[in-house]
Amino acid sequence: MKCLAVCGGRVIDPATATDHITDLFIHGDKIIAHGEKPSGFSIDETIDARNTVVCPGLVDISARLGEPGTEQKGTIASEARAAALGGITTLCCLPDTDPVIDEPATVEFIKRRARDANQARVLPLGALTRGLQGEQLSEMSALYQEGCPAMTQANGAIRDTRVLLRAMQYAASLDIPIILRPQDPWLAGKGCMHEGAIATQLGLPGVPAIAETVAIGQIMALARQARVRVHFSKISSRFSLSLIEQAKSEGLRVTADVSINQLYLTEDDLLGFNSQCHVVPPLRSRHDREVLRQALASGLLDVICSDHWPHETDAKLAPFPSTEPGISGFDTYFSLLYGLVEQGVIDWAQLIRLASARPADILGIEAGSLAIGQPADISIFDPTVEWQVSPEAMFSSGVNTPFSGRKLRGRVRCTLINGQVRQAN
Amino acid sequence: MSASENSIQLNAAGQLRHFLSIHGLSRGILEDILNTAEGFVNAEGQVVKKVPLLRGKTVVNLFFENSTRTRTTFELAAKRLSADVLNLNISASATSKGESLLDTLSNLQAMQCDMFIIRHSDSGAAHFIAQHVEEHVSIINAGDGWHSHPTQAMLDMFTIRRHKGAFEDLSIAIVGDILHSRVARSQIRALRILGAEDVRVVGPNTLIPAEVEAMGVRVFNRLDPGLRDVDVVIMLRLQKERMQGALLPSADEYFQEYGLTAERLALAKPDSIVMHPGPTNRGVEIEASIADGERSVILEQVTNGIAVRMAVMSMAMSGVQRPSRPVEPE
Repeated sequence: MKCLAVCGGRVIDPATATDHITDLFIHGDKIIAHGEKPSGFSIDETIDARNTVVCPGLVDISARLGEPGTEQKGTIASEARAAALGGITTLCCLPDTDPVIDEPATVEFIKRRARDANQARVLPLGALTRGLQGEQLSEMSALYQEGCPAMTQANGAIRDTRVLLRAMQYAASLDIPIILRPQDPWLAGKGCMHEGAIATQLGLPGVPAIAETVAIGQIMALARQARVRVHFSKISSRFSLSLIEQAKSEGLRVTADVSINQLYLTEDDLLGFNSQCHVVPPLRSRHDREVLRQALASGLLDVICSDHWPHETDAKLAPFPSTEPGISGFDTYFSLLYGLVEQGVIDWAQLIRLASARPADILGIEAGSLAIGQPADISIFDPTVEWQVSPEAMFSSGVNTPFSGRKLRGRVRCTLINGQVRQAN
Repeated sequence: MSASENSIQLNAAGQLRHFLSIHGLSRGILEDILNTAEGFVNAEGQVVKKVPLLRGKTVVNLFFENSTRTRTTFELAAKRLSADVLNLNISASATSKGESLLDTLSNLQAMQCDMFIIRHSDSGAAHFIAQHVEEHVSIINAGDGWHSHPTQAMLDMFTIRRHKGAFEDLSIAIVGDILHSRVARSQIRALRILGAEDVRVVGPNTLIPAEVEAMGVRVFNRLDPGLRDVDVVIMLRLQKERMQGALLPSADEYFQEYGLTAERLALAKPDSIVMHPGPTNRGVEIEASIADGERSVILEQVTNGIAVRMAVMSMAMSGVQRPSRPVEPE
């Protein structure tokens, strides 16, 4: 087995309370030592990590890859590579594929493709209901055993409240966490952006903030009854935060994430009908963005996700309401996370908690730590590099980004997955 | 990004090259449109028969949504400017995908057309098309979703100015389904840019869009206070599909609460005028005797529509012809 040394980097790992310049030693796929080279260890390869941050690889709780079903947008191979080059070592893909991830064979297919790609690890999230139709429960136990760490309804809602309760009760019986994106389907209607002054100006149907808060209220009431672990996905409204705070203080087993897009962009970015900013849930007001940012440091929001959703060019080439929602996020994810550190919104330890350690806890997977004996899933990030986002130079096959032309600071130099180096070129 | 919405309509010299929305245009440009339109109307209010301003140009009416009157007045306006006119009605379902919309467009461009008059059910459709046409082509928005119907707004401004002169001291009430109305949005913008201070929108909360006050209007839920002492009453058409369901209980109840009757019109100024973008639903939003009455300028609006569309088309055509640097950021 290969022996690897990562030398001279600033190693940051809140799980082991580490933040200093030191060396890491890796044997095969495991971390075996910090600081002093273990005796009898002969190094096959050294990575010069001076002037970089060496941290646990990112764990992305919500992404789409395109495959199976829409390979023109992206494939498991192309997107798992883009993820790895973006510092993500484990990612969860949503089950709203074609076919839907609602049976073990589909899980097995995705896992095989990901193994063949040998890039970021891919964990498929299982459909909470068959075909995501919201009517019949999926075979959650079989999906879980095949490797789905959690069940989710993806972007859809279960309209029938009793089915939602049953799904929660069943998942709770097996202690499987469920991930729900809270949105009342009736209040959201055909909305394609935040309901407010900009939607009124542009004449676009809006999704009101109450579509989210009403759904959170309903899910909380049901989860209290079902005693299930619920993770709220992609919180967008500031009004949702007080509800989540209430749920947590009450002792409900509730966690929540926010998409990186929601922390940078707002409804104002849709002026001029910019379809690159068409996302689900919609970008909300500047006030929402500020309050969501504040909830990162306080821990009220547990996780940040990339919400990566690659598209072919044509998907965004239409009048705004007819375009497909989503932003290709892997290429810019880590740099935008680091931007939050630079702007003083969070510190490095919080970044790693939000984008690696906490999502790993919630998913119940072994990741998010550089402790000795852990898998060698490591991001090496150079905070000094300045680069400009250019669609032509993206690793994802989806070049749908609203950040095109933006100058970002900090970039992943290389990523270790199971002790294997992944790097551009 | 907001700059692109404003600047895409103008060439490097600041002249109109597309006409997509009122938002972002200056008072000077709106007044130019009105003044140019005056030049196409004689003292009796009749539109000139023919001028050669667009001779040799091909104008395409590209309608993805049904319309008779708007399309007809655009056609008349183009013909009076001596342009060749092509009418294409394309059902939106056949082109629900963006690529086929762009395909349609490239085919028409290949046929050397110079101007597209676009109506589409998606808000932003005209902007989208303007971002993707060749430099010599001009786009006129004939209505996109709930967003904008700028030529309708300008013909309304033209009509108001002919009757009332300056806009500064006018009170204007826009009554009805503001939420789904591209006409109302464009009227509000135009009135505010032209200096009107007291612009009111009147309707039940189910038909008032969120935070509409940010556009510079006051909201009235009841018709009577909304009409009090106004100079101009603009009644909006209530679409059939809004009359049932959860927005409104019934057409009858709507008329009871929001229909314009002689009694209610008495609350407005004695010399107030009554407008409607048409076609009217008599007995739903307006009493027949008012629609046909002496304060109604509804038919005048239709005539003025030809002159205003001639003005916009001729201005935009000269705006694309002028050799200029590209103005769009991309």
